[in-house]
Amino acid sequence: MAINLKELSKQGDFLTSGHRACAGCGPAIALRQALLAAGKDTVVANATGCMEVVTTIFPYTAWKVPWIHSLFENAAATISGVEAAYKALKRKGKISKDINFIAFGGDGGTYDIGLQALSGTMERGHNILYICYDNEAYMNTGIQRSGATPYGAHTTTSPAGKKIPGKTQWRKDLTEIIAAHDIPYVAQATISEWRDYMGKVQKALSIKGPKFINVLAPCQLGWYYKSEDTIKIANLAFRTRFWPLYEVENGVHRITKEPKKAVPVEEWLKLQGRFRHLFKDENRKIIEKIQKRVDERWKRLKALEEAGL
Amino acid sequence: MKVVAKTANEAMAEAMRQINPDVVAAYPITPSTEIVQIFSRFVADGEVDTEFVPVESEHSAASACTGAAAAGARVMTATSSQGLALMNEVLFVTPALRLPIVICAINRTLSAPINIHCDHSDTMDQRDSGWMQFYVEDSQEAYDSVIQAVRITEEAFLPAIVSADAFILSHSLQRIEMLEDEEVQDFIGEHKTPYSVLDVDNPITVGPLDLQDYYFEHKRGEAEAMRKTPPIIKKVDREFGERFGREYGLIEEYRIKDANKAIVVMGSTAGTAKEVVDTLRQDGEKVGVVKVKAFRPWPREDINKSLEGLEYVAVMDRAEGMNGFGSPLFTEVRSSLYEIDKRPDIYGYVYGLGGRDVKPRDLKKVFDDLKKVESGKKIERVNYLGVRE
Repeated sequence: MAINLKELSKQGDFLTSGHRACAGCGPAIALRQALLAAGKDTVVANATGCMEVVTTIFPYTAWKVPWIHSLFENAAATISGVEAAYKALKRKGKISKDINFIAFGGDGGTYDIGLQALSGTMERGHNILYICYDNEAYMNTGIQRSGATPYGAHTTTSPAGKKIPGKTQWRKDLTEIIAAHDIPYVAQATISEWRDYMGKVQKALSIKGPKFINVLAPCQLGWYYKSEDTIKIANLAFRTRFWPLYEVENGVHRITKEPKKAVPVEEWLKLQGRFRHLFKDENRKIIEKIQKRVDERWKRLKALEEAGL
Repeated sequence: MKVVAKTANEAMAEAMRQINPDVVAAYPITPSTEIVQIFSRFVADGEVDTEFVPVESEHSAASACTGAAAAGARVMTATSSQGLALMNEVLFVTPALRLPIVICAINRTLSAPINIHCDHSDTMDQRDSGWMQFYVEDSQEAYDSVIQAVRITEEAFLPAIVSADAFILSHSLQRIEMLEDEEVQDFIGEHKTPYSVLDVDNPITVGPLDLQDYYFEHKRGEAEAMRKTPPIIKKVDREFGERFGREYGLIEEYRIKDANKAIVVMGSTAGTAKEVVDTLRQDGEKVGVVKVKAFRPWPREDINKSLEGLEYVAVMDRAEGMNGFGSPLFTEVRSSLYEIDKRPDIYGYVYGLGGRDVKPRDLKKVFDDLKKVESGKKIERVNYLGVRE
């Protein structure tokens, strides 16, 4: 779907400025772009997390669309209730408008504590879009490891110590877990490639049924980089193939934007303080291990695409 | 009006059919499974217009119900025991958002040890969550209370749990009088909501972060809303009585007027207690029963009025408070009585945990104990009834 910047600039923001996110906050960009793509007639359910906290301290709100927050792990279940109410009230002629239903959750609320509610919502076929703003750790509580934290990363609960060099487990591939639910549309995006991301949001909202987008949204505080580098880092995640941009439409994988030439993953890692310890001589092999993994995952994705799967 | 034989599960499911809620999100659990099953059949046969959401857990059931209520829908669900416990986190959110939802609960004990039978530990676990709680004595009251609860919750902007004892009521056939569908619809009226998250032209923010500067005021408002529920409950109950001939009150007094001893009890055991009182009355004993229907809001004034002047009172708890002293109903009653002058001597009894049967002779023993006290003997302040020590 074509994203027209000129058109988008006319409609105004639905997540206003003045909220309390950090300078260079990736997730705030992810939300703003999604709402620009979705437009005014959208209802949002938000999981507890940074975005809930920074956008809504009573009596203020940054949301210019209806918004509901209930708890940490239930954004998907909450939006399924809202959507069920919509269906029932529409059937009874009490509402006529077409409305988009979007749930936002961070990787904590989505990969981990909210996975069950998300899985149930996807399986039940609600007409909703769930967007995970993945900043690869529990940032709201102070940078603890999550199922989305990459191998080797330092977090406050997987600290790079004298014996253990950061996280010693691979991240779980949530995009593929949700794709395995056989829903109409699943995609992976990053905030630097906004045209690709917003196009995916619009495409998802044009499809009936459950949809899921996993958008990489760097966190300057938790990834330990300069706040002006957020977009650069989001872009490098894509160019190193650490974070491939692709979609799974009706079960078929398609890479939506491919880096012309893969940049070594080291270039992405070295900008982030959370990987600093990997550049010590004794940990260099971990970088090789990560590169190997990135190459394997990319090969697998390419094979799926080429096989039309 | 139709006279039928229904279990409490069936009666509550029938009430749900006649209420025809916009959304039901539910997960099965013994012994309330049947309510969900029967209602699913109503949905499948097109007897209701409800959007049924067969969620993957009770946590999601309560979450989806809360989302649906915030979207302006009339919402109901059913659960028991661990299901209610799993909902716990969400159950504090619903009343804080001032959303009316009705839960048909079947009172089953909480693990561990695992046990599917009756006691009130599941709803007692929710006593501070901000939901109104109504305990019923039989299928008829279960049916009537669910219908009343729709009106009460929507006037109070607070949710309610209507609970019936596991198996003793949920699976026992009883004679009930059912209203016509139109009578129920006419009584509950159309669901109206002041705000909805579906109103995209007037966007609202529901459930924002609320810190030191406002949280307390919001909780105070929620507490005030609960404090104002008794007149609403009484008004709806009275109107129900005028229209359909059955009225329940916040509490029910049974042969209490000239009594000097009474049992205070909730749920199906009230029926057994009335039977025992009838028998003892034949022998000239001045005994009575106070059935507590509304546990939340706590009917302090009604309780005090009812028990003032009595000499001996036994409060029956079908739950263990685990506070090293008395269980919830006992401590509530005892605390209320503090403010009246002619206080009865009051004793606590924990009974029927895990579905342990309560026979008339057990309740007769309670009155015998009170008689012992009357004759100058001492008994424990808190007692366990029908347990092997």
